[in-house]
This record gives sequence, structure tokens and C-alpha cells, in this order.
Amino acid sequence: MATETRIKKPLTYYEEMRMKGYSRRDFMKFASMMAAFIGVESTAIGQVAKALETKQRLPVIWMHFQECTCCSESFIRSSHPIVADILLDMISLDYSETLMAASGIQAEQSLHNTLEKYKGQYILCIEGSVPVGADGVYCMIGGKTSLQVLEEVSENAAAIIAWGSCASNGCVQSAKPNPTSATPIHKLVKGKPVIKVPGCPPIGEVMAGVIVHYLTFGRIPELDRLGRPKAFYSKRVHDTCYRRAYYDAGLFVESFDDENAKKGYCLYKVGCKGPSTYNACGVMKWNEGTSFPIQSGHPCIGCSEENYWDNGRLYERASAFAGFGIEADADTWGKVALGVTAAAIAGHTIATNVSKYKKIHELELEGKESEKDVVS
Amino acid sequence: MSKRIVVDPITRIEGHLRIEVDIENGKIKDAFSSGTMVRLIEEILKGRDPRDAWAFVGRVCGVCTSTHSLTSVRAVEDALDIVIPPNAELVRNIMHCSLYMHDHVVHFYHLHAMDWVDVVNALKADPKKTSELAQSISNWPKSSPGYFSDIQKRISKFVASGQLGIFANGYWGHPAYKLPAEVNLIGLAHYLEALEWQKEIVKVHAIFGGKNPHPNYLVGGMACAIGIDDVSGINAERLAMVARLLVEGKNFIEQVYIPDLMAIASFYKDWGAIGGGIGNYLAYGDLPTNGIRDIASMKFPPGAILNKDISKVYDVDLRHDEEVQEFVTNSWYDYAGGDGVGLHPWKGETKMNYTGPKPPFEHLDVDKKYSYLKTPRWKGNAMEVGPLARVLVGYARGKEEYKAVVDKALTDLDVPVTALFSTLGRTAARGLESVLASGWAQEFYDQLITNIRNGDTRMADVTKFERETWPKQAVGVGFSEAPRGALAHWINIEDQKIANYQLVVPTTWNASPRDGKGQLSAYESSLIDTPLANETQPLEILRTIHSFDPCMACAVHLYDEKGDTIGRFSVVGD
Repeated sequence: MATETRIKKPLTYYEEMRMKGYSRRDFMKFASMMAAFIGVESTAIGQVAKALETKQRLPVIWMHFQECTCCSESFIRSSHPIVADILLDMISLDYSETLMAASGIQAEQSLHNTLEKYKGQYILCIEGSVPVGADGVYCMIGGKTSLQVLEEVSENAAAIIAWGSCASNGCVQSAKPNPTSATPIHKLVKGKPVIKVPGCPPIGEVMAGVIVHYLTFGRIPELDRLGRPKAFYSKRVHDTCYRRAYYDAGLFVESFDDENAKKGYCLYKVGCKGPSTYNACGVMKWNEGTSFPIQSGHPCIGCSEENYWDNGRLYERASAFAGFGIEADADTWGKVALGVTAAAIAGHTIATNVSKYKKIHELELEGKESEKDVVS
Repeated sequence: MSKRIVVDPITRIEGHLRIEVDIENGKIKDAFSSGTMVRLIEEILKGRDPRDAWAFVGRVCGVCTSTHSLTSVRAVEDALDIVIPPNAELVRNIMHCSLYMHDHVVHFYHLHAMDWVDVVNALKADPKKTSELAQSISNWPKSSPGYFSDIQKRISKFVASGQLGIFANGYWGHPAYKLPAEVNLIGLAHYLEALEWQKEIVKVHAIFGGKNPHPNYLVGGMACAIGIDDVSGINAERLAMVARLLVEGKNFIEQVYIPDLMAIASFYKDWGAIGGGIGNYLAYGDLPTNGIRDIASMKFPPGAILNKDISKVYDVDLRHDEEVQEFVTNSWYDYAGGDGVGLHPWKGETKMNYTGPKPPFEHLDVDKKYSYLKTPRWKGNAMEVGPLARVLVGYARGKEEYKAVVDKALTDLDVPVTALFSTLGRTAARGLESVLASGWAQEFYDQLITNIRNGDTRMADVTKFERETWPKQAVGVGFSEAPRGALAHWINIEDQKIANYQLVVPTTWNASPRDGKGQLSAYESSLIDTPLANETQPLEILRTIHSFDPCMACAVHLYDEKGDTIGRFSVVGD
């Protein structure tokens, strides 16, 4: 698919004035007047002039459909850049039901101003899925269905970002039996690049990263065959997991809070979906690199994967696979029929990993020996 | 003759909600609240593993993230008679207090402040005077003239760029804004500071639950094993980070949030007599210190107050068939037994039937069913839940901690206790309980350290984790005090699977449509008699609705008796 989407840069105020035949002097007069109007000291006129000369910020419209607002919340958790810098220096968030000051008619005016003024130039961010059942009445905003709203706001967008699993794959409301027929955005919008940023929610810095990529390089990031930015979704959590060595060695948490859990062994046997999940958690971690689910002792639930709610129970590995520790066919796990019990897997593991286990055991003993040296 | 206003959308809330009000002589005469989005998670849960439910229902809300997960594991633990280890209770409490600290600060600055703070007027403030004022109300170090001057320049530049983003089309200059420019500038500066700070306190969730939003929970305790001699577990480094975050959070609340709240409130005392509403308050209780079944051990005591009478607090029984019931008289659902009955959640039904107008529509037909929210009642009464209900119940129960913070606030503002029953009281109560929660978080942390030091490192009880150990049938109720109010989940388990799962959510109590007897719920009731200075700008509606911190998103147009939308032309008088 095409990943080269260059955008038409909007003109600055200064450029617009010069094109209309005004002089630099006229422009400075206008800047002084603006400064007086907004009540800043005369020392700040230079600042105002500079603001009018600098490039316009990228107009962004952010819609909410069937969602829980966890994506907006995650977005404001970004630590680099912090969200205040994004809002004040990088983008112009012209419509966001979560953060905007205006409501009602005034909010609608803001939306329509951007839709008209920045035709083909604004980025449309969508949080939430669209329920298409019962003619769309399961989600209505201002008396319109979310389907009607989507049609209106997507028509002239430069690109669409589908935030989170709701917009990317339907998430929880699309789990069986999907009573409202919740549908992800890419199935409803045609002829536009849709960047899928799955996860429930996606990591804050990943969200900011997608926007920053667009601003820095003037095009959308390179996407994989599923429409996700390669930069953040090309590696499995399993492959980037710091507990991977324990998996390879056949050292597992058998039940929560057992001795192995206290030692930080692999969580595969208590249901970890890391081996079938593509996300950046193991590398970037969450909340400014503080932790990620596996580090805090809970198996990955696979929240960035399609249909993850229906891919088996949370605490059992539904998928069995051959060649434990060999990753060649890991991608096909989800398709393998269920049936191999955890016990059988464990037996297989211990057999294939006995030598590694021995090695680790020896190293542990060695560690204990050296500890004694220190203490004595 | 009255005129109807429809707010479309009410922003700075979570979700999808629509408010329609009738106006007469500049005041609201009648109000209708309608939830317009539904996902039917109750339906999706049927037949699934009860141990997985926390993850599904956690996704009900990403703002009060973790609350539904906590409530869900409590419901399953109640059904299966699982007692969690003390450390798990402490970790859950620390996470819950952190959520309060986060959610209330974000609500105040990012969802509510612009109802009171005129951002554009802040550009006219004198940075030197602002600095003097800031230093007179707080010891917060970021308060020099240069600091406020820099903020002002940054926002001036932003305004001059002509792209106002989230500040575009606000109600700046509206006559209901009463703050001096210097207070507006402090509010604006702290809007930005709070935006930066809020990402810190949630790291507590990342440490214990792996991420935020939507941290992980576990039936039987928590998954974050204590491993003081391992880099992976909860060890000294992790605990030290939690300690730092909690102290910084407490400082932010005490030195930024509370001084701002009190300074702003002192200019809006008239709102101590507006937006009170029904005057019935309900709390389920939370933050147990001796197991969830020991009601007396809770930091947030449970109870109900009727008709603003704080001399008497009633006990609440969530298991009793006749206490909590849900009605669908005005909701887009059908009950098998007809619309007149109220069902206890253990017998709850969620069968949708949309009978509203066909979209796109200009207004709802409020004489018929008009919302996706059911209408919950306690012993037949409409109840308000949330920070104000909790603070009043704690105060009425004579709890010293509550009395101390409430009495001090009333004295500082020089307002009577009756001023609590209002929009201002609701907003103030949220701040007061943030102070309490930040103090309790320290207590829970100290207790956790003491336990570990004494050799208790248990974090989960897995003796009943496997399905084979469960009875054939079980019912349970899990409850909590979400930041937005009393929350409970009722679960029926049959053959190790979920047979029925019902949630009654705080915003359902507050934002529901009127019941069959015509009793208004909290939102609708609290809007009655609110004055509107300018009916094309619904600032006063936002103040009261935001004081509840709604969990939905909604709509407002203005139309006259013929149903024409005023949004398309300018307003004329009656």
C-alpha cells in the first residue's frame, strides 16, 4: 500500500498578507494591534510577529465514537513530547470532545471551520468503533449516528489515524456476539490512508510518536500489511521480553504468587499472549518506561491483536504449537487447533531445555557461592 | 412560554450524553438527560470465564480506569468466597488512592476549570501581582513573576497564531466569569502544570498493574509478586518509586489544587446556592483496612442521606432485593415483566429496544423513552452519588478526618454547611476528598512496608483460582467508590461461567432519565432553577453538569416550539 502521503502546507498569516500585497510594515502594524488586542505588554510584540510568521500548526480533529476514552487518557500520558508541547507548539487540536473549551453550537462551529478552511489538510483522529447495527442508533452525537458523523468528517481528511483497538479492530464491544455490530474504521472509510494504532490503549509515546513522525517527515509512517506503523508493531512482545531467557530455559511461573513468580520467571503457562502479540511494550514499556504488564507479574493479554477478546481465556494458553523455543511458526499459533495441555507443553519443555536449565542452576549456585564470600 | 435548549455536544466530559432544558424568564424550568451510546458489555460477558471479567469491564471506562476492574474482582471474590491477602488489599487501596489523586486533579483543571477561569482574560494579568498572589496562598515554588510572565508570553504567542485549538470559540468574556485576571493566570499556569504532573502519579499503576490506562488486576489478589531479592518483583527500588510519587502527588494536591480551588471558590460563593438538586446522597463505602466484608474498617464509610438531613445516616444493603433496583420506564430497554417493575441487579435484564427518533434528529421525544441509561433507585428514591455524597456521609457519620477538612473549608470560605448542597459544594468536596485520599495513600504504603518487613510477602490467594474448586452456582456483588461515585457489579456464576453480569455505574445514578413516578435523577434535578445569562452560551449548564464529572459525551442545540434549530440563526427573545 502507498505510505507516501505528503501534505499541502497551509500558509502562515505573514505569507498570506504578503501574497495579498501588504508590506512588512503593514504586517508589523497588524502584529502590534493583535498584541494590544490580546492585552500583552509592548515587549511581546516581537513574539506576536514571530508567531504570525511561523508555520501553521497541523490541524487535527479528534472524534469519539464507541470507546472509553482510554486512548485520550493514554495520549496525555506521553512524556516525550509532553502533551502541552504537542497542543501548543505542534498541532492545532481544533476538535476534541475531551479537552475543548467550547460546547454545543460553538464546538460545532470549531469543527466546521476546520473542515472547510483546511480541506484535504487536516488529520482525522478517531477513538472508538462505529456501531452499524440498527441503522447506527447505538451511538449518536448531536442527533446524528456516528456513521453519519464519520462520513462527514472523513471526506476531506488528509489521513486518518485509528487510535486504539476500538478504531483498529473493534475491541471489547466487537467481542462475541458483537450485539451492536461494532465496526473498525478501515472497514467503513475507503480511498484514504488509515493508520491503525492498536492497543487498549496504545502506549502514550507511541501515539505521540505517530503524530511527531508525520510532523517531522511530512508523511505518514511506513505501515505493515495490516496498516500499523512498522516502527512500533513489527516485533512481538515475546521477542522483546526481558523474561525470554526463562522461557527458553523452561522456567515458568506455575501459579500466581508462587516462588517462581517472586523470581520473575516466564508467565507463559499462566496465559501470557506475548508470543502472539505485536506491540512495543517490551521495548518502550509504559508510562515513561516505568513498567509493562509482564514486568509487573501479569501475563500479556494481547490487547493490540485482532479479536483478542475471543482468542481464548486470559489465564490459559489456547494455542498449542510445535517446537517449543523455536519461533519459526509462531505466527501460526493462533490458527493451530486447541488441545495440547499445559502439562504436555511443560514436559516437552523440560526435555528440550534440560541443558539450559542445568546451566542456569549452576550459575545460580555460583552466585550463591560468591555471595558467601562477600558476607564472610 | 418556554424555550428549549439542547447542548450539542457538552464537551470536557467522558462519553456521549445529551441534555435538553426548557428555559423560562432566564432560568431552567425543566431538564432531560439522555445517554446516547451503548456497547452492551453485559451481553458480551455471558458465558465467559468470571476470572476474565475484570479485563472486559475495565474497558467500560478509561478515565476512571481500574475502578471497574477492581469492582469486578471483588464481585467474583465475593461469589467464590475468596479472601485476598492483606498486601493485595493495600496495593489495591494505594492504586485506588492514586486514581483519585489523578482523576480529581485532571477533572478540576482540564474538564472543569474553563467553566470558571477565563483563559483569554489571563493575558491581561500583571505577572508581578500574580506572583504576589500565588505566594500568598501557597508555598508552591513555581511562582515567580518571571514564571508567570513566560506562561503569558507563550499563550499570547499561541493566541496570536490565530489557531486557538482547544481554546477556540470558548465563552471568554461571558458575564458569569468573575475572577480577577491574576487568578485566571494562575489557573492557566496550573492547567499546564497539572497536564504535566498527571502522567507521573499514574506510574503507581504501572508499577503494580503494569500500565495505565487499564492496569491489570487478578481474582484472588494482585499479580505483582513481592520479590525483594529480584529485579523483576516488587522490591526496594519499586517501592521507593511509589513512595516518591505519592509524596509528590500529595504536595501537588496540597500546594496547587487546593489553594486554587479555594481561591476560585471565594469568587463564586453564589454557586453555593445553585445546582443542589435532589438532596439524597448514597455511598457504598471503600478503602477497606480489614477485608472488604468489614464495613466498619472502611476509610470511605457507606450510607445514605435523605432530604439533606445529615443528622441521620441509613445503612445500605446491596444484596437486598428491595434496596437497589433499576427501572426502564424511560429507557430504551424492555423488561420481560413489563416496564412498571424495578429489578434488583441479580435479576437484571439488558434487552435493548431503541424507540427514539430516527437520526439525524433535532430533539428527543421526551414524553416517551429517551435514554440508553436505566434508572436506578434506592428504596424507590433518586440518589446522588459521588464526592459530595461520600464527604457528606463521612461528615454525617462523625468521622474526625472528614469533619476537619470540611469545617476548615467552610470557615475559610465563610459559608454555612448548607452551601455544600450545591454545584460549588460538589466541586469543593472533590478537592477535600483528594486531600484525604493522598493522606491515606501514605498510610497504606507505610503498612505495606511494615508487612513486608515483618516477613509477609503474600500477594495472591490462589487456592480457589482453578475452576474445578468452584461451586456449581454462585452469586456475588462487588462494590467500590469510583471517583465519580458509588459503583457495584452483580454477578451470577453457573457451571463456572458468567450467567448474568450487571453493572450499576455512578453516572447511571446521576444522569439517568426520570422514573415512572416522575422523580428526576440528579443531573436533571440539579439543573432546575439555574440562571442563564446568555442562552446561546450554555456556560452555567456546563458548570453544574461538569460538577458531577460525567462519564459520557452529549449534545446542545437551541430550538423553538416549531423545532427549528437556533444554531442555524441568531437567537431572538421569547
